[in-house]
Formats: sequence, structure tokens, C-alpha cells
Amino acid sequence: METKDIVIIGGGSAGMAAAVAAYDKGIRDILVLERGNFLGGILNQCIHNGFGLNAFKEELTGPEFFYRFEEEMEKRGIAYELETNVTSITPDKKITYLNRSGCKEVQAKAIIMAAGCYERNAGAIGIPGDRPAGVITAGQAQLYLNEYGYLVGKKVFILGSGDIGLIMARRMTLEGAKVLGVAELCPYSNGLNRNIQQCLIDFGIPLYLSHTVTKVIGKSHLEAIEISQVDENKRPIKGTEQRFEVDTLLLSIGLIPNNDLLNKMGIPQSRSRGSVVNEHLETSIDGVFSCGNVLHVHDLADYVVDEGKTAGESAADYLQGNLPRHKETLKTVAGNGIGYVVPGEIDMENAPEKIAFKFRVRVPSKNVYIQYDFDGEVVKRIYKQTIIPSEMEIDRLPKSLFKKKQGTITVSLIAKEEAK
Amino acid sequence: MSIMEDIIVIGGGVIGAFIARNLSRYQLSVLVIEKQNDVGDVTSMANSAIVHSGYDPLPGTKKARFNVEGNAMFDEVCKDLDVEFDRCGSMTIATSEAQIETLRSLKERADQNHVPTELLSGEEARKLEKNLTPDCVGALLCPTAGVINPFNLVAHCFENALDNGVKLRLGEEVLGIEDKGESFLVKTSKGEYEAKAVVNAAGVKSEEIAKMMDPISWSIHARKGEYYVLDHYQEGFVNHVLFPLPSEKGKGILVTKTTSNNYLVGPSSEFVDDKDDLSTDVPTLSDVKRQASLLVPNIPFYEQIRVFAGLRATPSTHDFIIEPSPNHPRFINVAGIESPGLASSPAIGKYVVEELIGKILPLVEKPDYKKAVRPYYHPAKMSVEERDALIKSNPDFGEIVCNCEKVSVGEIKDILSRSVPCRTIKAVKKRTRAGFGKCQGGFCQPKVLLLLSEYFGVSPLDVLYDRDGSNILMEVSK
Amino acid sequence: MTELTCIICPNGCHLIVDDNLNVTGNKCPRGVVYGKQEVTNPTRTVTSTVKCDSKKLRVCPVKTCDAIPKGKMFDVMKDIDSCFVHVPCKIGDVVMENVGGTGISLVVTRDIPE
Repeated sequence: METKDIVIIGGGSAGMAAAVAAYDKGIRDILVLERGNFLGGILNQCIHNGFGLNAFKEELTGPEFFYRFEEEMEKRGIAYELETNVTSITPDKKITYLNRSGCKEVQAKAIIMAAGCYERNAGAIGIPGDRPAGVITAGQAQLYLNEYGYLVGKKVFILGSGDIGLIMARRMTLEGAKVLGVAELCPYSNGLNRNIQQCLIDFGIPLYLSHTVTKVIGKSHLEAIEISQVDENKRPIKGTEQRFEVDTLLLSIGLIPNNDLLNKMGIPQSRSRGSVVNEHLETSIDGVFSCGNVLHVHDLADYVVDEGKTAGESAADYLQGNLPRHKETLKTVAGNGIGYVVPGEIDMENAPEKIAFKFRVRVPSKNVYIQYDFDGEVVKRIYKQTIIPSEMEIDRLPKSLFKKKQGTITVSLIAKEEAK
Repeated sequence: MSIMEDIIVIGGGVIGAFIARNLSRYQLSVLVIEKQNDVGDVTSMANSAIVHSGYDPLPGTKKARFNVEGNAMFDEVCKDLDVEFDRCGSMTIATSEAQIETLRSLKERADQNHVPTELLSGEEARKLEKNLTPDCVGALLCPTAGVINPFNLVAHCFENALDNGVKLRLGEEVLGIEDKGESFLVKTSKGEYEAKAVVNAAGVKSEEIAKMMDPISWSIHARKGEYYVLDHYQEGFVNHVLFPLPSEKGKGILVTKTTSNNYLVGPSSEFVDDKDDLSTDVPTLSDVKRQASLLVPNIPFYEQIRVFAGLRATPSTHDFIIEPSPNHPRFINVAGIESPGLASSPAIGKYVVEELIGKILPLVEKPDYKKAVRPYYHPAKMSVEERDALIKSNPDFGEIVCNCEKVSVGEIKDILSRSVPCRTIKAVKKRTRAGFGKCQGGFCQPKVLLLLSEYFGVSPLDVLYDRDGSNILMEVSK
Repeated sequence: MTELTCIICPNGCHLIVDDNLNVTGNKCPRGVVYGKQEVTNPTRTVTSTVKCDSKKLRVCPVKTCDAIPKGKMFDVMKDIDSCFVHVPCKIGDVVMENVGGTGISLVVTRDIPE
């Protein structure tokens, strides 16, 4: 059986950044497997701008952003295969994959999972009413429009204020569709402020906070939807129904890590719905790493790239014998008000001087502290003037805060008054 | 002037499929007319996908007879038609001492119906099903029950019938039927057809079709059932079809695995006036969740990938209606085929052809009748070497369209080349599972749409999801 | 006084621009520039697609290489709809100069091989 030092699953921004980073640490035998017919993954369809402000200090569109990494890959001659699908991975790192040239097994010494995420859809939330054509995810409408050149509809309503939905509100408006509104179940928007401004307000598109779709109407194609206001428990309030005659309902209701392959290997899952990893992004299986949106859904592609880079460097360290695994680890726990925390474990003997904690809060909050407890004792509080669920937070804490090799770090959100 | 057929079958569901397949053995000209754009697109598509054992229909009823006879036929049927079938057995769960009494009487009923069953203690039941409620005090095990792929059962059954000469018209609604003495003139939304005999297998609409011929004493009511579909989850989370005790509302809300290793939870039971109402609603589904949790408390509902509703064709007679129309012996009604209709379908098809049609038309066997379909490709079951060889012989098998369910271009093109038309995205989904996974077609639907457009030489704008008017794309953006 | 959401970066700062064009609420100097601009002459970058002759893609992504006056977005779109790109094309290739009469060029944002 053929062997490879590193096999990277996914040739999007995380996978490419990982490949380049591993190469630059001296690993040459790398193979990137990408299911699409181009490198770049989902950024191929993200033709809007706003990428690269952190990574390159300039504003790029999605394809321009990933092209920087594609060039770096080409420069180094890193091998990749397109239109290639991984069907299984065994716990001893045998990967079965196929493409139009055949089906084969390869023995990897290290694996980096960088397979991205998928969109939560109508089936997952069970929108009440009929199930006609015309109810589709925002990302799918984006693919049809930006890569295939077709509009899915002309009278559009959007459920969910996630960024893809907001971007599509502007995009479809510019292409001649009429967007009648965006309904958001939460009392706050789940998209970036700038997108509310430049995608909705610029075009006079109303945002209905604390509203949801309570009925889909149409036997073969969507004819209308009904939205209702919801109470504090997110239950629809009778008598608040409004009807909109639309041919399209776009859903922008969240992204979920596409982590089936690692789940099937028996690797424990985090609350992020990605795998549990340590500070080096290594999973419970030695030499298997995870990064990008398959690990946890990021708000910015720039951060995905950073994480990919860490995974690539870690895989190189592992192959070069510089990442021995120790039995004793710290565990992290998402406490009050926190959705999830990455990493799930910290190997203190390997950890860098500064440990990055990435997490999201559950609800928007002002004047709060993020509190780090170590085995019940407060070791750090970080003040946040505003903190919102749509943005991923990164706190970098000195390793010296945690003086043991074993124990539990709890990350929680506390009000300013409680902190006194 | 229309061509004279021997028989017209109205309805392309599982009943029409088995009648057509049984007819295709004989030297008869047969035409099947289906209103939808695909076969098996209404009740046969949206049900529990269970081949019931036959333990609970009242002894002496048609339901009991055809269920038990039908169940026994499935091993051979599924082998010939290349359909996934798993005789995993069912368990009916009692959660109180009073219910144990009911289990005992159900066992007696099973004995009368000649269905093998076994009474288990709560402990024995939990040994077989580790996630069963701790409240279970006993269970009736029916080893002959099973789960089946209902989509492919209907499609492959029709394929076999069509391969043996049956004709199929999709997307044609029957609007009227005229008795011309020696024959019937069937008028549809697209044309007129004449036949010596007609079989009405029109499912929830069979009452309306029957009334075109004669006044009838029975009626068919649509009884809606709503379900949850869960993604592939730990294998063995549930191993049997798990039922609560049956009630006047039917077999109750069940929890089962499917042949594709998903889990299915449902159905509710509610009469609806609109025989086309497939909508779902929150209160009903919440109740399904609550009742299912009484059987299996820790169902992973966060793995939900779809909800759907199906309509049962519930007869006012409480039993299947399989008989000639009152004043027209050559017009046969096969109506009210609610649960256990799927399990009964092979036996009903055989009976209708051999016992009823055999009395009105000569059944002369075709010398070249083929009982099996051309084998299907099952790349997921192949070894790496076998799959590699398949791809080398046809690279389309190496190009994955649906990432969740790992369906290749090769499998889709194979379906498109078969005798039963497969022209919609939904039809491809039902046959191949492309779009059936957790992303629900988010990634693969555009690829399937373009494949259909290319294969049939139609504009992508004209590709349908399922029914007329269900186009996915509205206009070219540039 | 005008209240604005800065769209320069994902921070989306809440800006207040007073009548003398003093900007507050910004976390970085770019916010000042944006705040003044938005009040006096708001501009936007338009991203879209144009028809192309690639076998794999019907359309090729494009953008205005600089921000254009906000009020001219639909004029720019009209021109974009009439454009065509021959493949192969490279990031930065000019598709049209002075798009929508803005004086700004429309450029390709994706490398597309033949």
C-alpha cells in the first residue's frame, strides 16, 4: 500500500494553509484530497469582498483570497487531487478514496481533517407546512447564482440572519430579485453588523427580529410564507401572523461541521459538533488533526487560515517526533453562557507559552467578563464591552496560569456585578 | 382513435406496481396511468417502510390474509427486484401489567393468523434492545417483520413490468371513464385510452375513480401521518421495529431503523379533508416525539434531517376493498389499502391478477418472461479492488455526486438508462439516495440537476424537483 | 449628527459622525475615513458575475476595482449584465473600464483556465 506522510482532507482555505505550513516545516510527502473541481472549497462561490483584512491587510473577494494559498501550494509543488472523495478512514490511518481514475487505499502517517461544514436546512428544523420546491439554503442559492449563473427566484424571503443569508439578500437584489424581508428567531442579528448595513439597510430590506416562519405554503412550488413573532421562549405568538407572497425562501440558519469521517473513527465529539482536540489540534487518535470549519464554525476565513497553519505545523511536529503525547492533560469545559470551547484538552508539556482559547457565547452580552476557572479557582477574568454569538472569540492566556498537568478549566460568562 | 389495451391500471403506487408485474407474465397488453411524474410518489413514498408480520389484523379479514401471504413473498421478491430488505423482526412493547394482558390476546391473534411470535419479559426485551424504556415489562417479538426500501420496491417492480412489455404513462391524471359496452374509454389530462378491463389502484383517490364507474357503498379517507427521519446514527441503536400497543388509531408511533441505517420515528394519525395535504405541523410532531420517547427515552432528535407526512387511504369498511365494481365486472377496485398495505402488496398483486383478472381475460404465459431486473450496482458494498475495477471500466463510478450518501455519476446514469422514467430530482433521490443525507441535497442537488438537464437535453430551467411547476431555477442570471 | 455602522472590517463599529464631520466610536483610523466618506459621498464595492465561455463555469466573478458611488450600484449592474469574459482569464484582468460611468474598472476575481 502506498504511504504518505500527511494526507489532508479538504483543499479549501484550512487545508491549503495546513499543507503550506507543513511543507515549510520540512515535510515533503503531502497529499491534499479535494472533492470539488477546483481548489478553494466554498470560497469559490463567495464572490463578495471582505476577506483577507486580517491575513493580508487588504480587502479581497473569496476567490482572490484563496488564490493566494493556491499560489503558495503551486510554488512548493504540493500534490493535490481534485474531484476526489474519501469514503473511509480507519483508526490506524488507512484512507480509502476515489476519483475518476480509480479507488485506492493509502496509509497516512498523519491526517489533517479540513473538510469544512454544511448548512443546517429545512429538514433539520422541520419548518411547518408544505415541502415545495423554492425552499433552499442560502449557500445553495449562492452556488446556483455565482457558479452556475441561475437565479432560483424573483420574490424572496430569508429565514435566519446568518451572514450567507445577508450576503445573498444583497446579491439577489443586485441581480434583479425583490427581497421582501429577513426573519430572525433571536432578538438580535446573527450576522455581522457590517452586513446588516451594506446588505439590508442599503437596499431597504426589513429585518424582523424575534420572528420565524410558521407556515410554508405551496404544493409544488413555494407560493407564500407566513411569519409570526415569537415570545421569549421562541414560541410563535398567535395573532402576529404576516403573510408574504414569495417564490423563494432562503435559509440561513447555521452551519454544522462536516465531521462524519472522524465521528465514524470513534473520535469524541465536542459541543461544537467537531472533534475534541488538544492545543495542537490533535484528536484522540495520535497523528490525526482537525482544523477550520470541520472543527468549529468560524466567523472569518482569516481565522480558518490561522488554524489550518497550526494544524499543518503540528502535523509536522508529530512526524518529526516533537509532539509526544502525555497521559496527563487539562480538560476544558464550556460553562455558563458559553457554547463550546476549543481546545477540549491541553497537554501542558507540549503547550506553547500562550494558549489560544476559542469559543462562542450563547447570547449577546454587554459589560461582562469571560472567567477562567481552574479546578474551581478563578485564574483569569477578561472584560468584554460587547460580546456576540455571531463572532468567535479568541483569548490567548499564558500557560503559567495553569500550574498543574491535570485538572479542569471552565470558561464562563459572568455579569460585571457578579465579578465583584 | 386509441389503441385497444387489454388492461389499464390506474395508479402507479406499490399496488399498481405488483398488479402490473403480475400481469406482465401473461400475453396481455397493459397500460399503467399515473398522475404524478414518478411511480410510487404518494402513499408508497411516505410511509413507515415496514413489512409487517401480520400478527395484529383481525383473523379472517383481507388484511390478515394478504399481510401474512405477502410477508412470506418478500425474500424472493426482493432478490428478483434487487431491493434492500432486512427481516429484522418487530417488538410490540408493553409498559404496564394491564398491557401484558393485551399482549397475550395479540399473541392469540397471531397464532390464529399463523404468524410466529414470542412473548418476552421486560428483561429479555431489553437484552435485545438496550435503549428500550426501563418501563418495558414485556414484549411480543415477531421475527418475520422487516424493513424495506419502499422507493426501490415500487420503482424496480415497475421496471420489471416494463421490461416485460407493460407501458407506463406518467404525469397523466384520469379525468373520466366511459363504459362502451365491450370496453372502457379512459380519458386523461393528456389523451384517451381504451381497454377491455380496468383496475383502479388509485390510492387515496381510489374513491373518486371508483365513482366514475358506479355508485359505491364505501368511501376512502385520507389519514395523515407525520414522521421524523434521523441521520445515520450508531448502528444498533435500535435493532427491531418497535411498536407501542396498537389502538383504534392504528399501530401507533413506532421507532425503527431503515434499510439505509437511518432511524424513522412516527407516524401520527389524523384524518384530513384535503387528499393532497402533506403539510407537517409543530404540535403533531411534538406529540410524535413525546410518544416515541415512551418507547425509547434517549432518541437523538438532534440528528433529525427531515420531517415528512404521508397519507393513508383509510377505507370506511375497515378492511381492504378488492372486488369488481358493483355493475361492471371488468372494472376492479383495489382500494383502501392502508397499513399493512406495503406488506400485503405482492399477495394483492397476485390475487388480483390470478383470481380476479383471470376470470375475465385469458392468462397465457409469455415464453420470454424475465422475473428479475438487471442487477444494480452497489459500489459501497464492494472491496477497494472491486470498486477500483468498476471505476476503471467506467470512470463515472469514481465521480461522487452526493457526498453524504456517496452516490456516483455512474449509479445515477445507470438509473436514467433503465425502463422506468426517472426525470425529476426527487426521482433520482428516491432511486439512488442522492440528496437523502444530512445536507439534504445542499451540495449535490445542483449536480443532479445538471446531470438530468444534460441527459435529457433540456434546459436546467426546465428540470423539476417533482411535480409540475416545481422547477428549481427561475431564470438565467446573465 | 449621523449614526453609522462601519463596514470597513468585520468589527462593524458603531460610528457617530457630527455636523463638523468629527467621527467617534471607531476602533481604528479607517473608521474615521469611512465615517466622513459615508456622510459626504457614500461608496460601495460591487461584486457580481459576468458571462464567460468556460466549459466548467457559465459565469466568472468580477468586482469594481475600487469603491463606486453607492447611488450608481444599479448603473454598474446594468453594464455588468452586458459584459462577457473569454477564458482563460486571470485575477485582475480588466473586463470593462469606466463601468457604469463611474471611472472605475471592472476586474476579474478568479483565475479560470480554458
